[in-house]
Amino acid sequence: MSDERTSPDIYDPATDPPLTDLVVCSDLVAAKQPEEVIISQIEQFGYSEDAVFGIKLALEEAMTNAVRHGNRHDASKRIRVRYAVSPRRVIIFVADEGAGFCPEEVPDPTAPENIERPNGRGIMLINAYMTRVSYNAAGNEVRMMKANERWAP
Amino acid sequence: MAENGSRVKVTRSFDTLIVEFADRKILDELCIAEIQDELVRLVDGTPDVKLILSFGNVEHLSSAALGMLITLNKKVHGKSGALKLCDIKPQILEVFNITRLNKMFDIQPDLAAAKAGFQA
Repeated sequence: MSDERTSPDIYDPATDPPLTDLVVCSDLVAAKQPEEVIISQIEQFGYSEDAVFGIKLALEEAMTNAVRHGNRHDASKRIRVRYAVSPRRVIIFVADEGAGFCPEEVPDPTAPENIERPNGRGIMLINAYMTRVSYNAAGNEVRMMKANERWAP
Repeated sequence: MAENGSRVKVTRSFDTLIVEFADRKILDELCIAEIQDELVRLVDGTPDVKLILSFGNVEHLSSAALGMLITLNKKVHGKSGALKLCDIKPQILEVFNITRLNKMFDIQPDLAAAKAGFQA
């Protein structure tokens, strides 16, 4: 899984805590474990209820995408979650073992021809709720950052 | 989950079916698939169904849950029925707004408004 550097507006090793690494297997039950760990840390730092809601949703969507699209429900494949939580911001990376995808090619789920499809909204929700989102070059790791709007230096 | 293993609580009010979710979080696919099965069976068994889904207990849902609602909506309309959603918390309503699904569904503020809509 890629370790290529990410932009400091998402993760900056100079100012953000070190990333914690979690690996889970690709089943939808195991994929819940990172949420419990990460959310309990976030709740200690006074993030708003709206922020916590959005982070939970974005993480859920990222994990579902990793299980369903990246790892194709293959329980022998793994999902690597890396995260760093501080009062200033939350950073979460979710990587799968798939071949990757091109985010620009995901159709707009709000377009009339797509609105009735039952799928295809995960990335839109990740983008809506997280402050910054990027992908590694291969397209099999999503990197998300949520700033704490209540944080003052 | 309710004691009988059901994920939904169904009550009848005249010719309207009112469904409340037992789960606070409608997130994972297993849960969603079970809810969908229960609701589809309910719709299949009720001609010209008038269905109200109350989200009063729901604090979280995922895009997979939205997909389930879309599928259910199509099923209901295919059976010449009607579906209303109500008691949706503001955070959850925002998810409908972002995905523009607030235009697809008949969303009412509360159960009284949803019921009144079916009497009109």
